[in-house]
Amino acid sequence: MIPAPFDYYRPTDIAGVIALLEEHGDDARVMAGGHSLIPMMKLRMAEVPHLIDLQDVAGLDGISIEGGTIRIGAMATQADLIDHAGLAEAAPILREAALQIADPQVRYMGTLGGNVANGDPGNDMPGLMQCLDAQFTLVGPDGERSVAARDFYEAAYMTERADEEVLTSVSFAAPAGGYAYEKQKRKIGDYATAAAAVQLGKEGAQCTAASIAMTNLSDVPVWSQAAGAALQGTSVDETAIKAAVEAALADIDPTEDNRGPVAFKRHVAGVILTRAIQSAWARA
Amino acid sequence: MKDEVDNREERVANLKGMGCARKRVEDVRFTQGKGNYVDDIKLPGMLHGDFVRSPYAHARVKSINIDAAMALDGVVAVLTAKDLEPLSLHWMPTLAGDKQMVLADGKVLFQGQEVAFVVARDRYVAADAVELVEVDYEELPVLIDPFEAIKSDTVLREDLEDGADGAHGPRRHHNHIFLWEEGDKAATEEVIDSAEVVAEEMVYYHRTHPCPLETCGAVASMDKVNGKLTLYGTFQAPHVVRTVASLLSGIEEHNIRVVSPDIGGGFGNKVGVYPGYVCSIVASIVTGQPVKWVEDRMENLMATAFARDYWMKGKISATKGGKITGLHCHVTADHGAFDACADPTKYPAGFFHICTGSYDIPVAYVGVDGVYTNKAPGGVAYRCSFRVTEAAYFIERMIEVLAMELNMDAAELRRINFIRKDQFPYQSALGWEYDSGDYHTAWDKALSSVGYDDLRREQAERVEAFKRGETRKLMGVGLSFFTEIVGAGPVKNCDILGMGMFDSCEIRIHPTGSAIARLGTISQGQGHATTFAQILATETGIPADSITIEEGDTDTAPYGLGTYGSRSTPVAGAATALAGRKIRAKAQMIAAYLLEVHDDDVEFDVDRFVLKGAPERFKTMKEIAYAAYNQAIPGIEPGLEAVSYYDPPNMTYPFGAYVCVMDVDVDTGTTDIRQFYALDDCGTRINPMVIEGQVHGGLTEALAIAMGQEIAYDDLGNCKTGTLMDFFIPTAWETPNYVTDHTETPSPHHPIGAKGVGESPNVGGVPAFSNAVHDAFRAFGLRQAHMPHDHWRIWKIANDLGLHD
Repeated sequence: MIPAPFDYYRPTDIAGVIALLEEHGDDARVMAGGHSLIPMMKLRMAEVPHLIDLQDVAGLDGISIEGGTIRIGAMATQADLIDHAGLAEAAPILREAALQIADPQVRYMGTLGGNVANGDPGNDMPGLMQCLDAQFTLVGPDGERSVAARDFYEAAYMTERADEEVLTSVSFAAPAGGYAYEKQKRKIGDYATAAAAVQLGKEGAQCTAASIAMTNLSDVPVWSQAAGAALQGTSVDETAIKAAVEAALADIDPTEDNRGPVAFKRHVAGVILTRAIQSAWARA
Repeated sequence: MKDEVDNREERVANLKGMGCARKRVEDVRFTQGKGNYVDDIKLPGMLHGDFVRSPYAHARVKSINIDAAMALDGVVAVLTAKDLEPLSLHWMPTLAGDKQMVLADGKVLFQGQEVAFVVARDRYVAADAVELVEVDYEELPVLIDPFEAIKSDTVLREDLEDGADGAHGPRRHHNHIFLWEEGDKAATEEVIDSAEVVAEEMVYYHRTHPCPLETCGAVASMDKVNGKLTLYGTFQAPHVVRTVASLLSGIEEHNIRVVSPDIGGGFGNKVGVYPGYVCSIVASIVTGQPVKWVEDRMENLMATAFARDYWMKGKISATKGGKITGLHCHVTADHGAFDACADPTKYPAGFFHICTGSYDIPVAYVGVDGVYTNKAPGGVAYRCSFRVTEAAYFIERMIEVLAMELNMDAAELRRINFIRKDQFPYQSALGWEYDSGDYHTAWDKALSSVGYDDLRREQAERVEAFKRGETRKLMGVGLSFFTEIVGAGPVKNCDILGMGMFDSCEIRIHPTGSAIARLGTISQGQGHATTFAQILATETGIPADSITIEEGDTDTAPYGLGTYGSRSTPVAGAATALAGRKIRAKAQMIAAYLLEVHDDDVEFDVDRFVLKGAPERFKTMKEIAYAAYNQAIPGIEPGLEAVSYYDPPNMTYPFGAYVCVMDVDVDTGTTDIRQFYALDDCGTRINPMVIEGQVHGGLTEALAIAMGQEIAYDDLGNCKTGTLMDFFIPTAWETPNYVTDHTETPSPHHPIGAKGVGESPNVGGVPAFSNAVHDAFRAFGLRQAHMPHDHWRIWKIANDLGLHD
């Protein structure tokens, strides 16, 4: 549990970060909360000769809610998301999900930006961001660009972000209607055996909008368009939920690990999604 | 008169003796981060060691090239088996009569095995150098399944002479270690063959690991000028380590000082002698500088002393009315690559033959086959006496299976078969003499406390509701009644490497009436500094707050066999009481002299000797201590000291009744423990608060083991559970609320009647949790599902029973 030697940098602005990334290319990594990267380095599974700590970089934190748009700085911690009263009102699903990530100590260090940028299929926020149709802001040598969360993930730890880019913020429209983030895990601090993010719109007795994403059930987060479509226009009755779950299960591709074999994971995924839909509908 | 009574109560309160919920004196430093652990020890010029470990479970080591590592700035030495061979230290004896490689000698036998030891100027350089050691391996066939290993042509231990006896008799196959038997096999088979009812089941107690918060480590410091070796380390038995170190190294025992500083949990993991200790010593001798080695979490989990891994095939017979008539058990014991179990020498399967449990079983037989596989060595008593958790789990599962066979309530089946109070001391069919017990009283108290009949009614209603499709949750009532066997042990049949398992206490009373006592044991969190002072307070009349308890330094402490197997209170606690009584006997003579009366005319009263019939005339222990040092008393030596070495006449037999009520989600395999009730009878209770803490801790480890904790391997022998992500340690979140209770049946042969409690909750807790899972599915015909009961395995039970259809 001793990392290989590395140089440590602590720039104070984005320009400094990008300059370092341009200089060192593949050999450099930025670090937000460090709760994924540092264990990987200590296990010598990730060799990072040049480690760029983002803690002192100005302008990466903060949560703003303006005109129905929510913008969260990449360095906002899970604890920040939990404690922010305005956010809890505007997008309560974020608080519900953040409370199920790791433990309080980790949540004081772990950041939203790190969670979504690392590309770890076990992380909870990527699926949730897909559910919310969030946009990720990336800053690089050529300036700023925006990538949809639903287009960001290519494979485990592989994302749309270029080596010399930094993910600086996340933004999305304040969601309306009912929500739920359901997660089954073996213990506090564990990744999900299966988790589901559900956001449902409701008018009268009818579902007007549905967005469904799942976590740790493939090598990338899974936003299931078909599952959402199966609920839209229905009264979210048993038949509709079954159809949505069936559609979602067609989109996931879990692998066996110590949490259990594939058949178990698929079964639990269905149960967790069913519960998430029921809970979201009850809140809508 | 009233004043006097009040005054006496006050004196008793000041004493903080036995029975008092005295706060733990250790906690001040532990809660402030002021403990002093092995890794806190920093000596001038100290070097750091780190291991190159095998990535393979079975491979030939063709060559080791250390050139690149030696070339790294800061590397002082890289030791391999070749370097240890001239000292005959490339192999070392195990506690179980086998031998074990210190560093790979031609081959490796488990993943994580020590191959080379790098010594460097700092910890970071050592870790970098480990990466630079080039080892050329040739992979060999891997044996993970003991049932396959015992038949396979693949020879694991090429060092052992084919056909030669092992330490415990004949070996019938090259991967066989021993067959150990107890009881009357023929008579047992006859009873079972002709029985009205027989239940048969394979019960597996999976491989797990003690995983103490602090991993193992050592700092060795050889002083070449005075020839003295000082060894700091995480040792549960420091005196044994000193003797072993002397025998292995040839350094005379008086030139070795072993110190166990604060230890962050042991649970059996720190009883054995590990390659890291030996390599640290050798490296310090070679370099002339102190050498520190502290393993990391992954090394600890993968290589250092696993626990359990017993496949227990049982047959239990009974009359139609439920009276048990016989018990037969055959165990296939997976010992890994070397037999490094930590058991008393004569007991290669520990005290597994306590497996008749709390029941009056007239005839029984146990046979245990030890087998080598490509897994890490160990087989330690993880928060239990030697193999007692395995035994308790076995019998408590067999009782449940028999109850199903008989279609009988499992609580009633236990009640019918308990050893009765009037049968103690009770001679078991497998050779033990149970000292004392009152099982029926404890059981009735437990069942009425949890409202057992109501629980069964609720459970039956739940099953009906489940069948009607109204709920997807089942309810289990997990019962467990256990009898522990602790306090090893009588020197006539208990020894470790030839050293009898007595223990000791030496006490010195200072002139001003405070005291220091030293013991042969060593606390790893048990709170000895608190509780042993309480024993002495009651025995000597000196307040516990005025008594320092010191352990772990072999230069100052009397010889003892250490702390494991709940032996500290039964053995060292007895020595402590008896040393205290020696003090008291001398104090009585001094008091009588000071009061100018005959010895027999004074009697002990809390903190003083009083004149019989005239309690206003007295001498306090404070006055007596002062006189002992400062007054010439005819016929009495100056000073007030005593030492006692205690060889227990028998083991002690704590017992308890546990009930776990659990809801099981059939669809996800998740569980919710609604209620956990633990009644413990540990004989005389020294400190109720410490007991409660012990019970909470032991139950939480039992929860971990039953519900998720395991050391698992894939087919290639790769350890799949080498980090705390996969190796389950419950946090406060996963830990249920515990309700503790007690009865008090003193041990008749122990000076203060105490039996020991630290390990009871693990012994009794595992079957309680596991039986709750099984019981939830009893209505659907589940007989046996192996632990750990993590989500997917519970889900699989439901799936196999067709409950997802």
